[in-house]
Amino acid sequence: MRLTLPNLTWAESLRSLTRGELPVVQWQALARAILLPLIGLAAFLFVWAQTAPLINTSLGQFPGPAQVYAQAGNLWAEHRAEQARAAEFYERVEQMNAQRLAQDPNYVPRERRFSGRTTFIDQVKTSLQTVLAGFIVASVIAIPLGIVIGLSNSLYAAANPVIQLLKPISPLAWLPLVTLVVSALYVTDNPAFSRSFLVSVFTVTLCSLWPTLINTAVGVANTSRDLLNVSRVLRLSWWTHVRRIVLPGAVPMIFTGLRLSLGIAWMVLIAAEMLSQNPGLGKFVWDEFQNGSSASLSRIMVAVIVIGMIGFLLDRSMLLLQRLVSWDKAAVLR
Amino acid sequence: MTHLHLDHVSIEFPTPKGPFKALHEVSLKIDKGEFVSLIGHSGCGKSTVLNIVAGLHQATAGGVLLDGREVNAPGPDRGVVFQNHSLAPWLSVYQNVELAVRQVFKGKKTRAEMREWIQHNLELVHMGHAMNRRPDEISGGMKQRVGIARALAMEPKVLLMDEPFGALDALTRAHLQDSLMEIHADLNNTVIMITHDVDEAVLLSDRIVMMTNGPAATVGEILEVDLERPRRRVELGGDPRYVQHRQEVLRFLYEKHAKIEEFPRRQAADRQRKAPPQARKTG
Ligand SMILES: Nc1ncnc2c1ncn2[C@@H]1O[C@H](COP(=O)(O)OP(=O)(O)OP(=O)(O)O)[C@@H](O)[C@H]1O
Ligand SMILES: [Mg+2]
Repeated sequence: MRLTLPNLTWAESLRSLTRGELPVVQWQALARAILLPLIGLAAFLFVWAQTAPLINTSLGQFPGPAQVYAQAGNLWAEHRAEQARAAEFYERVEQMNAQRLAQDPNYVPRERRFSGRTTFIDQVKTSLQTVLAGFIVASVIAIPLGIVIGLSNSLYAAANPVIQLLKPISPLAWLPLVTLVVSALYVTDNPAFSRSFLVSVFTVTLCSLWPTLINTAVGVANTSRDLLNVSRVLRLSWWTHVRRIVLPGAVPMIFTGLRLSLGIAWMVLIAAEMLSQNPGLGKFVWDEFQNGSSASLSRIMVAVIVIGMIGFLLDRSMLLLQRLVSWDKAAVLR
Repeated sequence: MTHLHLDHVSIEFPTPKGPFKALHEVSLKIDKGEFVSLIGHSGCGKSTVLNIVAGLHQATAGGVLLDGREVNAPGPDRGVVFQNHSLAPWLSVYQNVELAVRQVFKGKKTRAEMREWIQHNLELVHMGHAMNRRPDEISGGMKQRVGIARALAMEPKVLLMDEPFGALDALTRAHLQDSLMEIHADLNNTVIMITHDVDEAVLLSDRIVMMTNGPAATVGEILEVDLERPRRRVELGGDPRYVQHRQEVLRFLYEKHAKIEEFPRRQAADRQRKAPPQARKTG
C-alpha cells in the first residue's frame, strides 16, 4: 500500500490502473495525479473560450480554442502539402537526370535543392536545433569555468563582479553586437552554418550562460569541509579531486543551473528570432503579425502554445537527465 | 629517535579581533605503537593539535617531527578518522575505501591485490557484509567503522582519531572500542585519539594527555595507564588501579582545570525573555 500520495506521478497511477488493482487509496491518488490537472486544464480552456469573443482586435475577434485548433490542423496540412511538393520535385529531377544520362553518358548531374516555402514545422525544427546548439555551447563553457571558479576563493572573488555585470544584459542588447561580430569574423566561401544560425546560437549562449556558471561555481564552492580535508589527507590529484569529491556533490546545483539556463535560452531565442528575422518560431510569429490576415491571430496562438509546450518538454527532459545522472536516487526532484 | 615528536607547538588563528592564540608550546613525545588519548574541555584545542599533526593546520611556532622529518602538509602516512565519518555519500562503502587505497598503493599493488586489501580492511572492522551499500543506507556506527577502515587501509604510520565515537550510543561505542583494541593489538599502530569520555580514555590508552583550558592551551598532565592488555571492560570496572586512574583524570578536569562555562545559550534565552518579542527581519 502506498501512503505517499502526493509523490505519486500520473505515470505510476496509469501503470497501476492498467494492472487493474486499485484500492480506494489508489483511486484517490489517481484523482490527484490525473483528474486535478485535467480539471485545471479544462477550466483554463473554458475561461479562454468565454473571454476570447469579447476582445476585438484590428484583425478581428481574438481566437478561441476552437479556431486555434483548426489553424493547427491547417498548419499541419500546409506542411504535408509542402512535403509532397518536395518529394515530387526530387522525383522529377531524378527522371530528368536519368534522361540526360541516357543521351550523354558523360553528363554529371548537378545537385538541385527544392526551395519551397518554410512551413511552421520547419520553423519549429530550426528553433529547436538553434536552442539546443546555443544551450550546449553555453553548458560546455559554463560548467568547466564554474568548476574552476568555484574551486578557488580568489578566482571567485575576481570573477563575481564580471558575472554579475554581464548576467542581466538583455538579448536585445547583445543581438546587434553578435550580428556585427559574426559578420566580421565568420567569412568563409563554404559556410557549414548559415550566418543567421550562428547569430542566434551565440545570442542564446551569451544570455543562458550565467545561471549554469553561477550555480556550478556555488555548488563547487560548497563542497563539505570534511570531504575537502579527506581529499587533502589522501593527496588526491586535481582531476581525481574534481571527479570524485567535488563534482558529484555539485550535481544538484549544476542541474538547477542548467534548467534555468535552458528556460532562458528558449525565451531568448524566440525574442532574438523575432528581432533579427532569423529563421525560427520567432520569425514565424513576426511574419504572421506583419501578414495581418484574418487567420493570423489564430496562427500566432498556435505558435505561442507550441512555444510553451516545447519549453515545458525541454525542462522535463533536463529533469529526466538529472534523474539519470544523479547519485541520490531518493532525492525528490520537481 | 622519537617516533612522533610535537616540539613546542604554538598556533595563532587570525580573527577579526586580532590573532587568537589557541595553543601555547604543546610538547609531546610518542613512541611507535603507543596509544595516546587527548582529553580536555570543549574548545581547548584538541582538534587543533590533531589537525596540526595531520598537516591540515600549520603551527605558527614549533613543529611536528614524524620519524625525524618535519610534517607540514597532509599526507597518507597520517591516517585521519574524522569526527563525523566524512564518507562521500555518492560512493559505496567499498568505493570510499577504494579511493584511499588507489591513491596510496598506486603502482605498488595490482588491482586484484587492492581489491583483497580493501575487503580485508572492511572485514577487520566487521563491515565485509555491507561493502556495496551507500553511507546513507548504513547506521552511524557502521559509517564510523568504514571511516576507520579507510584510515587503516592507508597503512599510516600514525592513526589520528578526532572523537571517533562521540556521536554514537553507549552500546555501539563499547562495540567499536573493543574492535579498536583488537585492531591495535593486531597491527600495533601508533594512535592519537581525542575523546571526551574518561572511561574510554582509561580503557584504551597507554597514556592520557590532559590539556589545560584555552586560550593558549597546553599539556597539563600526562597519566601513564599501567593496566596490562588485553583489557576487558567488565573486569576492569572493579580494578582499583582503573578506578584510581579514572579519578585522576576526573580530578584534573573538574577540580584543577574546571571550566567556568559562560552558558551563552542561557544568556541568550534570558535576554530574549526580557526583551519584547520583535518581528523577525527577513532578507
Ligand atoms: N580556523 C580557526 N580560526 C579561528 N579560531 C579557531 C579556528 N579553529 C579553531 N579555533 C579556535 O581554537 C580553539 C580550539 O578549537 P578546537 O576545535 O581545537 O577545540 P576542541 O578542543 O577540539 O573542542 P571540541 O572538544 O569542542 O571539539 C577554539 O577556541 C576555536 O574557537
Ligand atoms: Mg574538536
